Amino acid sequence: MIKKFDKKDEESGSGSNPFQHLEKSAVLQEARIFNETPINPRRCLHILTKIIYLLNQGEHFGTTEATEAFFAMTRLFQSNDQTLRRMCYLTIKEMANISEDVIIVTSSLTKDMTGKEDVYRGPAIRALCRITDTTMLQAIERYMKQAIVDKVPSVSSSALVSSLHMVKMSYDVVKRWVNEAQEAASSDNIMVQYHALGLLYHLRKNDRLAVTKMLNKFTKSGLKSPFAYCMLIRIASKLLDETEGGHDSPLFDFIESCLRNKNEMVVYEAASAIVHMPNCTARELAPAVSVLQLFCSSPKAALRYAAVRTLNKVAMKHPSAVTACNLDLENLITDSNRSIATLAITTLLKTGSESSVDRLMKQISSFVSEISDEFKVVVVQAISALCQKYPRKHSVMMNFLSNMLRDDGGFEYKRAIVDCIISIIEENPESKETGLAHLCEFIEDCEHTVLATKILHLLGKEGPRTPQPSKYIRFIFNRVVLESEAVRAAAVSALAKFGAQNDDLLPSVLVLLQRCMMDSDDEVRDRATFYMNVLQQKQKALNAAYIFNGLSVSIPGLEKSLHQYTLEPSEKPFDMKTVPLATAPITEQKTEIAPVATSKLPEKLAPSRQDIYQEQLAAIPEFQGLGPLFKSSEPVQLTEAETEYVVRCIKHTFAGHMVFQFDCTNTLNDQLLQKVVVQMEPSEAYEVVHCVPAPSLPYSQPGSCYTLIRLPDDDPTAVSCTFSCTMKYLVRDCDPNTGEPDDDGYDDEYVLEDLEVTVADHIQKVLKPNFGAAWEEVGDEFEKEETFALASVRTLDEAVGNIINFLGMQPCERSDKVPENKNSHVLFLAGVFRGGHDVLVRARLALADGVTMQVTVRSGDENVVDVILASVG
Amino acid sequence: MDSGTFEPSLYTVKAVFILDNDGNRLLSKYYDPELYPSMKEQKTFERNVFNKTHKADNEIAFLEGMTIVYKSSIDLFFYVVGSAQENELMLMSVLNCLFDSLSHILRKNVERRCLLENMEGVFLVVDEIIDGGVILESDPQQVLQKVNYRVRFLSVIPQNLLYQYNHWKFKQKTSVLDCRNTNQCRCLV
Repeated sequence: MIKKFDKKDEESGSGSNPFQHLEKSAVLQEARIFNETPINPRRCLHILTKIIYLLNQGEHFGTTEATEAFFAMTRLFQSNDQTLRRMCYLTIKEMANISEDVIIVTSSLTKDMTGKEDVYRGPAIRALCRITDTTMLQAIERYMKQAIVDKVPSVSSSALVSSLHMVKMSYDVVKRWVNEAQEAASSDNIMVQYHALGLLYHLRKNDRLAVTKMLNKFTKSGLKSPFAYCMLIRIASKLLDETEGGHDSPLFDFIESCLRNKNEMVVYEAASAIVHMPNCTARELAPAVSVLQLFCSSPKAALRYAAVRTLNKVAMKHPSAVTACNLDLENLITDSNRSIATLAITTLLKTGSESSVDRLMKQISSFVSEISDEFKVVVVQAISALCQKYPRKHSVMMNFLSNMLRDDGGFEYKRAIVDCIISIIEENPESKETGLAHLCEFIEDCEHTVLATKILHLLGKEGPRTPQPSKYIRFIFNRVVLESEAVRAAAVSALAKFGAQNDDLLPSVLVLLQRCMMDSDDEVRDRATFYMNVLQQKQKALNAAYIFNGLSVSIPGLEKSLHQYTLEPSEKPFDMKTVPLATAPITEQKTEIAPVATSKLPEKLAPSRQDIYQEQLAAIPEFQGLGPLFKSSEPVQLTEAETEYVVRCIKHTFAGHMVFQFDCTNTLNDQLLQKVVVQMEPSEAYEVVHCVPAPSLPYSQPGSCYTLIRLPDDDPTAVSCTFSCTMKYLVRDCDPNTGEPDDDGYDDEYVLEDLEVTVADHIQKVLKPNFGAAWEEVGDEFEKEETFALASVRTLDEAVGNIINFLGMQPCERSDKVPENKNSHVLFLAGVFRGGHDVLVRARLALADGVTMQVTVRSGDENVVDVILASVG
Repeated sequence: MDSGTFEPSLYTVKAVFILDNDGNRLLSKYYDPELYPSMKEQKTFERNVFNKTHKADNEIAFLEGMTIVYKSSIDLFFYVVGSAQENELMLMSVLNCLFDSLSHILRKNVERRCLLENMEGVFLVVDEIIDGGVILESDPQQVLQKVNYRVRFLSVIPQNLLYQYNHWKFKQKTSVLDCRNTNQCRCLV
């Protein structure tokens, strides 16, 4: 590289770059001639250029040397050379943050901005505003106001743009210039119009009414500048979005009318705005799609790109709307700009038929290596969507993905591919073996720890259940030999799973684990020793509890409980049952691939919803001593959405109690509610222990009150109950404007809808990755079986959905998805009953004239089995 | 590539840069302080952009979550960068204005040597087109009028001759470089 450089310099002569070997110190030395009289404009200009060039190259200037140069430069204001003066302005702007005391040039700049030379005035304003702070701004406010309405466009534009920059710093001062900006907005010059509109919007954007007024004014009067039109369209669509205005509003009409503008820029902006609107119907999209279709055949690459990128977005939500453009898109798949071609193909993949998939895939694989990572991710996303649409095409896709996996690419790209392959494996059992084989090959040479551990985990889960589990062992053990600690530890866990499930592999796995016990890393050694001992017991129950199905507690909860335990030394061993369970099982989350732009954001480990509730409830003294929070339900609405008071309830279940949290909102602006409680009348033997009132409920500020209920001890099967609820409170009327309440109030009440507690509130979802093992682990000591006929249900899908909702348990082994065209299905459900008893349900469903269901329940506690069966019946 | 409406704003341009045909920075301006705040990040970004774009003159690309429009002339590359949601045609109008203005003040000799000889003019042109990320002017005629810059040395040499000389020189250079890569030439050397 360096060699090539030297060669080139020789060839083109040393004069090729006058700035090639600039030395900062030498340039600063030269800058001394600024002090000579008379000033030599030519030489000074050259030195200023050198300084700016150096700054631009990233040369670091110390404060002292920069200040020195800056002060020398101020002398150049004596010269009347135009270019030199303009370069002085540039230098001031570049050095504003480096040099000290830059405000010394304020008076010179003020003189130029109000002087006779129009060429100086605009740039002088911009330079001046760059070095001005809030206090100084007041001093030049008068000049700024004059400049904004100046009849010379460049002066007005400069003043408007500089004001915009200063809004961030001194909003209050700039706000006073609204009238001047308003006047400038009616200027004939297109750029002044645009800048005035931008400034006006920034000053008013928090006042929706003012923005609406402004929009009305400008959409009616019409503007000349295409830039200003684009800005108006953006403001209009934002306003539509915020007000959730219907698409019959004048704003929508305005945006649509822009589709017929003369300028392509405006037409595209309008089309893009319509496409991005949420809940747009196909009919509303049609005009936007047809202008985009026209752009597809434009000779300008940027326009084609813009059109096809926007069409690609439409295709995500409304594939049918884009079908009309298929022919135009076909022409673009061989476009020399690969970005355009990729977008065209991925759009076609979304809109086209199954038969065109092979052809398109072939086309795209011919240039996939030429496109940037961002677009490769787009391709993978399209493939992933395609696999869900056409499951039969998975072999083509899998082949393609494995080729992509072998190519070079960044982490985001590889992760997208791996996620896509994993989702294909989960959707199509027949693709499992090829998919696993590709992934095995990938981890042989994978630099991303996260991906390697993810794949190893998957191998441990799926591998043992394939016809030939032994072939994966080699891949996994290679990792133990070659990789970093995290990967080695994951590999050890995967190995253990093979040993636990396949008896004939057990001896070899034990030998391998023996070797892992010599590992240099603590975690790897610990895991190996632990699994070794568990496996040597050869007990199914132990395997199930400690190898297949890991801990199902919430990690932050466990951390807190352990911390608490160490603070209070006691003789008792730590009890895992006191730890709150994890709420949303990790695999339950939709594996949606994050959009490219947002994927850069760091993923935060947010505490789960239940952990937050746990904190909140623990802070209330009345609820201390209830033990860990077992489950929090989804909120239940107890009022209509549009009533005076809006109340919703969250049911929190504890070991022997329930807490009902009522989130109330007062929607009357002339009332203040105080001492709000919800009185509950149970239908069964439940006992209301305590009410915690919400002290005060002002207009539109939500508040919570709580009611504590003791669950009946003597009858463990009484799990369901209906409560009639009434909200009681003290009303104080108040002034709607000031919120000042009257001195005295009166008691009032408000009847809420009934609240039901069902069996689902007593069961927490727990995912058992290996249901079979868990089933064996619980054993058949308390097994009960019963058969039911579900007469009202017509399909298996519906039946499965109903059972899951009713019992509130976690479906395992992906048994919540009923394969198509089947007459029977087995549903596996797992959960933990209040009090910490595992409960497992196996429901065999058969479809014939309604659905027949045979339910088998296993649990460690007999009562629980009875409760479940009783509630199903 | 995120969807949804974004905050309407005049801040359209995230960055502008001019590179030579080795990918070295001749001029660059970053207007968003959150985007590549350090010089090292900026140069890496420029390097990535250059590697992806210098082979084919495709006008537009999407890299690192940013829309980039570009244009090349002899041994120069001009880039204008905007956010992913930005109107591509707006960025294009900035690029065209920059190129046309420079082409005019350099008397159509848009190449590295000539550009460097008139660097102060280039700085002034960029300053007139974009101010802190806001498009200040998009009409080349207006820009030229405002900058009012006279080229220093070119007037001596007839324009077309110089252009042809530069073009020839560039061709030569590339052909020599190409030759160097083939085995045949290596034997001769």
